[in-house]
Amino acid sequence: MPRLTIADLAARHREQTAASSQPTIRVGMSTCGMAAGAEPVFEALASEVKSRGLDWRVARTGCAGMCSMEPLVEVAPVGRPAVMYGDVTPEFTQTLVAACADGGPLPTERRVPGIAELARIAGEPVATDGGPLQYRIVMRNCGVIDPEEIEEYLDRDGYQALAKVLSTMTPEQVIEELKVSGLRGRGGAGFPAWLKWHLTRESKGEEHLIVCNGDEGDPGAYMDRSVLEGDPHAVLEGIIIGGYVIGAKNGFFYIRAEYPLAIQRIEKAIRQARAAGLLGNNILGTDFSFNVEVRLGAGAFVCGEETALIASVEGRRGTPSPRPPYPSVKGLWGQPTMINNVESLANMANIMLRGGAWFAGIGMGKSTGTKVFAVTGKVKHAGLVEIPMGMTLRDVVEGICGGSATGSPIKAVQTGGPSGGLIPARELDTPITYEHLQKLGSYMGSGGMIVMDETDDLVELSRFYLGFCVDESCGKCAPCRIGGTQMLRLLDKIAAGKGTEEDIATIKRIARAMQKASLCGLGQGAPSPILSALRYFEPEFRGRLVSDSNSGCHP
Amino acid sequence: MSPTETEDEIATIAKRWKNKRGSLIMALHGLQDRYGYVPREAAMSLGEQMDVPLARIYEVLTFYNYFRLESPGNQVVSVCMGTACYLKGAPQLLDRASESLGIKPGETTPDGEFHLQVVRCVGCCGLAPVVTVNAKLLAKVTGESLEAHLLKPGTAEDVKA
Repeated sequence: MPRLTIADLAARHREQTAASSQPTIRVGMSTCGMAAGAEPVFEALASEVKSRGLDWRVARTGCAGMCSMEPLVEVAPVGRPAVMYGDVTPEFTQTLVAACADGGPLPTERRVPGIAELARIAGEPVATDGGPLQYRIVMRNCGVIDPEEIEEYLDRDGYQALAKVLSTMTPEQVIEELKVSGLRGRGGAGFPAWLKWHLTRESKGEEHLIVCNGDEGDPGAYMDRSVLEGDPHAVLEGIIIGGYVIGAKNGFFYIRAEYPLAIQRIEKAIRQARAAGLLGNNILGTDFSFNVEVRLGAGAFVCGEETALIASVEGRRGTPSPRPPYPSVKGLWGQPTMINNVESLANMANIMLRGGAWFAGIGMGKSTGTKVFAVTGKVKHAGLVEIPMGMTLRDVVEGICGGSATGSPIKAVQTGGPSGGLIPARELDTPITYEHLQKLGSYMGSGGMIVMDETDDLVELSRFYLGFCVDESCGKCAPCRIGGTQMLRLLDKIAAGKGTEEDIATIKRIARAMQKASLCGLGQGAPSPILSALRYFEPEFRGRLVSDSNSGCHP
Repeated sequence: MSPTETEDEIATIAKRWKNKRGSLIMALHGLQDRYGYVPREAAMSLGEQMDVPLARIYEVLTFYNYFRLESPGNQVVSVCMGTACYLKGAPQLLDRASESLGIKPGETTPDGEFHLQVVRCVGCCGLAPVVTVNAKLLAKVTGESLEAHLLKPGTAEDVKA
């Protein structure tokens, strides 16, 4: 591809109304899809189309979000609505292609709701009247385009925001737009994005750096993986805009080594962008130059914490450091560094293209825009959903994901992973905002949402989460290293039926100490799951105590 | 594989990363991708070529779960223990795998064929419970399907692809 200029992108923008003229079959080829057998399905479709000499295109696409129904295949004839099929087998592809060939009605078996039935897409109005509950900004291209083809991203307004920013906006204007949008960090804590950008830009240093945090550590969450796999250029466009705003020449993607496909796709996107003049020297013919490199994690949950992440990108053990100084002042190699989560960056292009006010019009109160959740556990339709903030937990769990899959009623929903908390079923009508979730003792987190039914044992679950944090504690600070281990011992004792009243009181005491005195978010957050379990389900813990409290005491 | 070829490969990895800042972890990934683990001799050679003390290399290797210091055998069986998999029976799957292979998590079978381990989350929660065998991902695994996969003759070939 020749190097693009601002004028090329403007011309593309005008041409985009021309609809695609080639009928297409798309196969979901993200990690979930491939695990469910998408590769043989893709091959069968391709060879079937070829052997019949059809003019249909068989293409790869990312994750449409309905992970439990993979492999997913979308058949999109010209001039007729597209139809989505789930649990597709190589055998079924013959039926599909035969129907495509004779142009008649498409098969009705294995049909599942298509993206258009599940979600409105950025630019369309949010549903207020029984329309689809989901609203996709971050996932607008996931399951729609071939993530390995930059052309397909360009055809969906790709890099238009970058062109707009570079040709018509100063960095201050971008920050102002971001401020109007109200976007808050999607990694979990919800720090205002504009303020982070502003603070990093204002800091003095030899150079400014930007890092995309793709160290999705919450076990049970995979939003960032899906976005990196399904729409890598959107994240790349976000980091380039960020680089321009803070005055960075270099940026890094820090991605978990456990996500090989995400790494491969982002590396490919970087190569394509470089060839197209969207990365490197004189981007789009302007005097802005910027490069990115990929750095891999190596299996340490603590590295999602900003200061530990910095140590890891520098090639050291990922132990956190006290803050302040914040990375925006003193980050990678001592330089001002801006660290943004994958989902935060994936929002950027849309905000810049459609305006901060548009974004702020979605959501509720100080939680603007949308949030992607990975809803898993005991729900019927496990998968990814993107919803406008302020939607209730019930609408997500029951409305979108179909409620309990097991017949046993839903007992609780967990958000925020090992640093988050349980929300009991009776609070399901709570709107999903940073503030509401915090009030319930949980937090937004990066987007893990695990649904539990009445058969799930919350004492065991608390042990699971705490055990995770104990394993992942880096050991640098005593409250986390010692507090976590002691709390886990007490919890083991309770689970074994040997606990006493005093043990519960001690757990609460240690938890408070860890929250106050730990060095980083891992230790501060580790007691959250057990505290929320005790807050809502203390009788379950008490039911495990030795009947006569005294008999539990050591002589 | 002759010792010189090995040296050449390590030299290539060292050369690729030597003058890039903060690249030690990437170089170590290079070694593990090549050998399946990080052999001590390879770590020593890498350290010399990149001017990094061996102590610093091991400081990093031992901190991160992803790096292995011993050869894992032909087939690495990883049982995902993310929350979704945990709720859907991963602990029972792990017991089952452990029983049918006759080894505990973290161990390798005496014939060097299987290595059993627990992973934190492979990000496939919608298809829980999940087990990976080398690069192949098995979805919605049951005790029976896992056992069948492990005992199937010729699996070593099809999982290497």
